[in-house]
Amino acid sequence: MKNVLRRDFLKSGGALVVGFSFRGALDGQQRGSTAGPPDPKQVDTWLAIHADNTATVFIGFAELGQGSSTSLLQIAADELDLDMSQIKTVRLDTNVTPNQGGTYSSASIQRGGPQLRTASAEARLALLRMAAKKLEAPVENLTVAKGVVSVKDNPKQSVTYGELIGGKLFNVPFTGSAPVKTPAEYKVVGTRVRRNEVPDKVSGKYTYMQHVRVPDMLHGRVVRPRGQRAYGAGAKVLDVDESSIRNIPGARVLRRGDFLGVVAENEWDAVRAARQLKVSWDSGPTLPGNAALYQQMREAKTADRTVKESGDVEAAFRSAQHKASQICRGPYQSHAPFGPNCALADVKSDSALVLCSTQDVYGTRNSLSRLLGMPVEKVRVQYYEGSGTYGHSCYDDVAQASALLSRLAGKPVRLQFMRWDEHGWDNYGPAHVGEVRAAADANGNIVAYEYQGWQHGWIGVETTAQLTGAPISEFPAGAVMGVSALNCGGMYAIPNLRLISHMLPAKDYLKGGWLRSPLDLSFSFASEQAIEQLAYLAGLDPYEFRQRNITDPRWRGVLDAAAQAAAWTPRRAGSNRSEAQVVTGRGIGVGTHLASYGAAVAEIEIDKATGHVRAKHLYGAIDAGQVVNPAFVENQISGQLVQTASRMFKEEIKFSTTGVTSVDWNSYPILRFEESPEVTAVVVQHLDQRSTGAGEEVMAAAAAAIANAFFDATGVRMTEYPLTPERVIAALKSAA
Amino acid sequence: MLKTMASLKIRVNEHLHTISAAPDTPLLYVLSNDLQLQGPRFGCGLAQCGSCSVLVNGVETRSCVTPVSAVEGKSVTTLEGLPAWYAAQRKLASTPDLHPVQQAMIDEQAVQCGYCFNGMIIKASELLAKNAKPSETQIRTAMNGHLCRCGTYPRVIKAIQRAANLMAGTEVAR
Repeated sequence: MKNVLRRDFLKSGGALVVGFSFRGALDGQQRGSTAGPPDPKQVDTWLAIHADNTATVFIGFAELGQGSSTSLLQIAADELDLDMSQIKTVRLDTNVTPNQGGTYSSASIQRGGPQLRTASAEARLALLRMAAKKLEAPVENLTVAKGVVSVKDNPKQSVTYGELIGGKLFNVPFTGSAPVKTPAEYKVVGTRVRRNEVPDKVSGKYTYMQHVRVPDMLHGRVVRPRGQRAYGAGAKVLDVDESSIRNIPGARVLRRGDFLGVVAENEWDAVRAARQLKVSWDSGPTLPGNAALYQQMREAKTADRTVKESGDVEAAFRSAQHKASQICRGPYQSHAPFGPNCALADVKSDSALVLCSTQDVYGTRNSLSRLLGMPVEKVRVQYYEGSGTYGHSCYDDVAQASALLSRLAGKPVRLQFMRWDEHGWDNYGPAHVGEVRAAADANGNIVAYEYQGWQHGWIGVETTAQLTGAPISEFPAGAVMGVSALNCGGMYAIPNLRLISHMLPAKDYLKGGWLRSPLDLSFSFASEQAIEQLAYLAGLDPYEFRQRNITDPRWRGVLDAAAQAAAWTPRRAGSNRSEAQVVTGRGIGVGTHLASYGAAVAEIEIDKATGHVRAKHLYGAIDAGQVVNPAFVENQISGQLVQTASRMFKEEIKFSTTGVTSVDWNSYPILRFEESPEVTAVVVQHLDQRSTGAGEEVMAAAAAAIANAFFDATGVRMTEYPLTPERVIAALKSAA
Repeated sequence: MLKTMASLKIRVNEHLHTISAAPDTPLLYVLSNDLQLQGPRFGCGLAQCGSCSVLVNGVETRSCVTPVSAVEGKSVTTLEGLPAWYAAQRKLASTPDLHPVQQAMIDEQAVQCGYCFNGMIIKASELLAKNAKPSETQIRTAMNGHLCRCGTYPRVIKAIQRAANLMAGTEVAR
């Protein structure tokens, strides 16, 4: 096989080194030569100005297809008075980019934006001070356009950023005290700049993680049972028959504990060796299976927490005019990234370089350091975009597995998970049981509300580490793993409210992880249907009922935006039902994830004979404060609406008592073209408000709108999703 | 019994390559590893998703389950070769930078992660070569075997309609 150097790689002294070609070397020290994170209190950590009057901005967030590698540059461009053509960013790398925390919870703009904005402002101020000296004019008399500083009343007197500092370090502390621009001064923020990486993505020039190859590497595959057992059970090798792959001479079996893999120079050899290797696994039952899941969850011993309690809930229920309750169940769902995760590791005796698609290069570096028993500063992690991950898919696991295979093989190893590895060993969005009660007075005001939720948390140890013998743990408890005070009644003004979270032991269930808008679809499926029941009992239009019970102007605003987009006309839900075989309904809902405000309207169609449900048109609105690029957020809303339809109609991890059986796109179907809704995305822009997340906050609302549309069309409340034909027919039958 | 390595000649993007591979090696691995192409990519290895699609004699084909030996004597076109394929098909004087479907995907900003877009663009190019003005229903039917996790379907449909207009000259690139 030819050893061709791939684009970003240089071969140097037997080690893999990634070559960054900064235009204009930074004085003295080559960035990337030492372990990060670079000091966040230095302006140089955040950006560099080059001699050709362009800038490189160092961003600690991963491009996941949401456009943040462009929109974060919009923020920096405005503060620096540069054109978008003069500014770029670099690959995430623990030796190069700052640690801004992981790309979680739609935080890129929310958390990363203010940091970049103030760092850019501080750099601009430093540049203006240098220019003031050079041009012999006070800073107040200077103006900047496209990186050219000039004197206000004498534009011929000018100097460029590049001339002032090009290629040199600022050596200026980042104090965060430089004044930032006001929204009225923005030129780029708030505009629809196109995404930088799209042309390469459509032409085949974009290097996804799955494309990276290096010289002298081996191809690896893991060997695991097809479909995980309970988290606590892991996988146990009883016997490996290495002679079973003797006819593939290029392939080798590598093992540590129950961690098993194969490597080969030729990728096809690795694929068929992994498939052909005879392994006997402990296959005893460790799981409830789908059939007994929800019952086990309700009967298990749980760690209970009162998330919120106000007023006197029981007294309010007793005296209320209208009472509603709803018990709902939500399934395990998979990230199922479209390309299974991939990583490439070169582990030497004293250092390691791992390329992968992690959402958090520094977090992955920590876990690799533990796995390899190597100090963190000896481990370097670089980010290559994979396919949309939507949370904690197998990217950390594949990174660990590639590192382990590389160590065992003594060579760089590129490990590509197969479809069944990714589907079967994912950290699924956990299943949920929600029991909600709500009550309203005679005037349609919600007076009491109670939500109790049952779910388990997320894994704390990756499968690779677990199989090598590391004890399992749970991800440190956090608000997003239990009942949400925002999505469970939080948008309404309710005087008497109680929220209780029942946490199950993770070890007895499938591996859990954060999946886009964690648990929120389940919360709103239950909660917003109960709210809607009150509207029905009060004889009110569901939109009007919500308006009546929402006092927060931003919740009101986003609700109005969705209703207006859908040209909502008031009527009581279920008042337009027909006896036809195919019926239509419309529903409305509100919801969010951690911040921002989401609202949605759904128009759906149900074939009562076949049980087939389809969303015809979904409308989604978001108020995410200052939206840096409305076009990107519209694309996010559009994707959230389609993905919500997929999750509400199709997606459910199937498993028996012995393991997961959803291991590909046939056994885990997702929405297809023929079933795709039309979508309308609405951004409620508030340039004067702080930016909050926009990558997941419409999904809960859309899930609620779909459930409520189902009632509108049929008069039946669904209590379990996905709304598969079997479930729909059963629900219609039992209601008849 | 395992098939042994053989020397095979395959035509990819109008270049003839001699490669050494077991004849049952899926074409995808040859395109990725031997020819270093970044258009077709691994998604499922089961012909379920479409991320590995290429054109074989103009017909959309899943390279992850097609043995390399099966394309000997045929012409394989990948995402990288689409503009030239289009130019030859339409007898254009020169090869454009992008196939109209690629241009339309940019103009509609249809992409999110973009991983599935290889297959989306290959399949849409095949469709428009056969049907210059497909209805929305025809587009949905033709594209139904191509999955997208990010939920870009609505924009892909719009982009294919735009590409049809670009090809008909009733719309210009933005």
